[in-house]
Amino acid sequence: MKIEVTQKSRPVLSAEKMAEIQGVISQFPEGKSKSAVIRILHIVEEEAGGWLSPDTMDMVAEILNIQPIEVYEVATFYTMFNLNPVGKYIFEVCRTGPCMLVGSDNIIEYIENKLDVKVGGTTADGMFTLKTAECLGACGYGPMLQCGKHYHEHLTPAKVDELIDACRKGEIKANF
Amino acid sequence: MGRKLLLEHIDVPSIETFDVYRKNGGYRSVEKALKTMSPEEVVEEVKKANLKGRGGAGFPTGLKWSFLAKPEGVPRYLLCNADESEPGTFKDRYLMEKIPHLLIEGMIVSSYALGSNLSYIYIRGEYMWVLEILEKAIAEAYAKGFLGKNILGSGFDLDLRVAPGGGAYICGEETALIESLEGKRGNPRIKPPFPAVKGLWGCPTVVNNVESLATVVPIINDGAEEYTKLGTDASNGTKLISACGNVTRGGVYEIELGISVEEFIYGDEWCRGIANNKKIKALVPGGSSVPILPAHLITKTAAGENRLMSYESLADGGFASGSMLGSGGFIVFDEDQCIVRNTWNFARFYAHESCGQCSPCREGTGWMEKVLHRLENGKGNMRDIELLADINKKIEGNTICPLGDAAAWPVAAAIRHFREEFEWHVTHPEDAVKGNYGLLKGITV
Amino acid sequence: MVKVTIDGIEVEVEAGTTVLNAARKIGGDVVPPAMCYYSKLEGSGGKCRTCLVEVAAGSANDPRPMPKLVASCSTPVQDGMVIKNKTSEKVHVNRGAVTEFLLINHPLDCPICDQAGECHLQDLGFEHGASGTRYEEERRTFDPIDIGNKIKLHMNRCILCYRCVMVANQLTDKRVHGVLGRGDHAEISTYISNAIDNDFSGNMIDVCPVGALTDKTFRFKSRVWFLKPMEASRSCTKCAGKAVVWMFGEEIYRVTARKDKYGEVEDNDGKPAWICNDCRFDHKNVSDWNIEGPRKINRHSVISANHYEKANPLENNTKKIK
Repeated sequence: MKIEVTQKSRPVLSAEKMAEIQGVISQFPEGKSKSAVIRILHIVEEEAGGWLSPDTMDMVAEILNIQPIEVYEVATFYTMFNLNPVGKYIFEVCRTGPCMLVGSDNIIEYIENKLDVKVGGTTADGMFTLKTAECLGACGYGPMLQCGKHYHEHLTPAKVDELIDACRKGEIKANF
Repeated sequence: MGRKLLLEHIDVPSIETFDVYRKNGGYRSVEKALKTMSPEEVVEEVKKANLKGRGGAGFPTGLKWSFLAKPEGVPRYLLCNADESEPGTFKDRYLMEKIPHLLIEGMIVSSYALGSNLSYIYIRGEYMWVLEILEKAIAEAYAKGFLGKNILGSGFDLDLRVAPGGGAYICGEETALIESLEGKRGNPRIKPPFPAVKGLWGCPTVVNNVESLATVVPIINDGAEEYTKLGTDASNGTKLISACGNVTRGGVYEIELGISVEEFIYGDEWCRGIANNKKIKALVPGGSSVPILPAHLITKTAAGENRLMSYESLADGGFASGSMLGSGGFIVFDEDQCIVRNTWNFARFYAHESCGQCSPCREGTGWMEKVLHRLENGKGNMRDIELLADINKKIEGNTICPLGDAAAWPVAAAIRHFREEFEWHVTHPEDAVKGNYGLLKGITV
Repeated sequence: MVKVTIDGIEVEVEAGTTVLNAARKIGGDVVPPAMCYYSKLEGSGGKCRTCLVEVAAGSANDPRPMPKLVASCSTPVQDGMVIKNKTSEKVHVNRGAVTEFLLINHPLDCPICDQAGECHLQDLGFEHGASGTRYEEERRTFDPIDIGNKIKLHMNRCILCYRCVMVANQLTDKRVHGVLGRGDHAEISTYISNAIDNDFSGNMIDVCPVGALTDKTFRFKSRVWFLKPMEASRSCTKCAGKAVVWMFGEEIYRVTARKDKYGEVEDNDGKPAWICNDCRFDHKNVSDWNIEGPRKINRHSVISANHYEKANPLENNTKKIK
């Protein structure tokens, strides 16, 4: 895995966020702070515009007093972490069996056409990144997608349109 | 209408709050266990209830508890597996989202039984909002004295925490879950040693599914004897089923084990039949890894008996003509669907989720996905069908963890029951690209 | 002590010994091949699945057979256990399957690979592989990269045994490489451009069972079977200074640790004699070393079979081909 380090993007953490991170660390017994790494990665990713640069991960390594490679190993294993810059909003559409049975392929295609973006890409204006995800645990309510922390279920083209509008109007929390 | 043990109060407004939950009989099992029972008695009761692990493997929970090593001076841990990720399964999320205190209550009683003073709920990272619901409920339980030091004056201390994953199906495997909770990649461990001896941070550990732990609550409240009155002889109690695919009404339902599959699919109380008045073509009754059943084996077994929603009836006929209850992820396929496409979809899922540690799974799941992708896109040949059947035999049983088996079974079963569809993709390559077998075969065959 | 029977041969070993090590105590061809297990590295094993064996009887107390093959490197023996390795048809079939899995994405570039002749995957393929491939898909590829100025990584050849990661964890104070990604695109990497630079990093080359990690000071210099391995020592402040120097005429072409027939570094004074990078990379003059005498290479690969041990290697090897 080769990564081009194009920008330094270590987020500046507020005192509040630092306290939150310390709170996460304190959930584990002394000497076991490495256990906090996944949750801290979620927190700093949110602070860093929705993705983890090597520099951001190095910061997490410093906080936890572990080697940077230990953070890279974790961040590259878990698919929720974005290792490249992303759009203001990320749509992660579930593509697994049960959702496919009820039309997730059509929803993916609809979003691709509507936003003029391919799966894995970000729109030219930097607003939307489209990804597919494996089973998100909403099989009975498909097709569905995740945007931020929220699930949008029983999707139809009309509902996708509404969601896109809401994003454009800034009604939904953006990555940056 | 069957009796509900877990979802009985699910529709009570604000049941997610401590006060409403408590008013509806919540936390009684904690009072009963901590005040009137020894930890051993709790374990015994769960054993007697014959509770089978609700995560998918169906291993008896009480038996698992009795394996826990108890060396002097070494902490023990109870971990709740809330890494629900098996395609077709979304019951744990429903339970935690709607009635979080039930899980917390179950965890308190179970931690008491096992002697864990620090327990964790490991939840998949995508369920971040559910994590927030749980943490809010946990804070309430602390405030009301059901968590923390000296709970209800019993001398029992318990801290309960929630930790998220980051997107990895494999972390539902208990040793991968432990690795992940230690802040590492979710690589399943080589066993032995088993978690009961050497688990989280090297200490004895029990990992149980959300629904299993929640079910401890009614078992302690009503007693194992009452509990075992529900269900069949071999499948006691109730089970949460996540119904999805082409049913009229998908969702999470609590059923008494032993109702008929037919009733569950067509009954008004449950799925209300196949959507859009289509006919049923196939069923995956227990999450994507269990064998698919063709239409003629869904409501009847090969022996002609009624197929029931129970561990034993769904497995009747073995892999030749049966399946498994698994996690209760109930995926229904209507007549328009294409089994090859779905098998490729599942194969892609398992290839995507393989941790990559052991060679049969790392290489085999990727290989199956590629072959199936070719077949589905009209670029396969008859040899590929035999090749697939052979690859999955070479993966099965040879891997570190059950993901290998989970990847192999659906492919084997699809070829077993729907070989003609695979062959059609070879003989009709142009149609295979155009659309679903289910939609096209009538026109072209 | 417990008694265990492997392929009909009984052996007595200490309780807690693994099946593989019990087999190694017997020696010969009852020893299962091991691509990832390495007795000198804590936590190694269990991953490659080449050492799978059949348990025909679990123990004297519970003589039931086990339904699945087990990894002999990580399964402790029980008293009265009966193991079938080369005598098991099931093992034969499944070891062939594991070999196939390990080779489907392998580049099969032995003709240009420095490891050829002493490669465990080559040995495995020779004994358990098929003559053709059933794999018709595109192979996964990575570009070769330098990790440090002395080590080349050919990820295409890697079988993900994790041994090099364990060397970095257990022999050095700071690990900068690891396994990244997952599934069939998992890879050994430093993620960001980073040099593996510490006194013992060269041992990663020695533990690598394939040609994924090679010695840049030796790359493309010679096929290993043209070289003469000699035991040599020097006084070194960082390691025991006991190595094997690989010579062509009067020149030293490369330096490695002294390895036993399983490819594992030998003990010196009860500790594994890992060698330091100074000895390995920076002392290639004959005058640097006290040459003790020829090193016997006792392995079944071409390096020992073809060139300096057997006059007629084919006679020896044909017996192994069924």
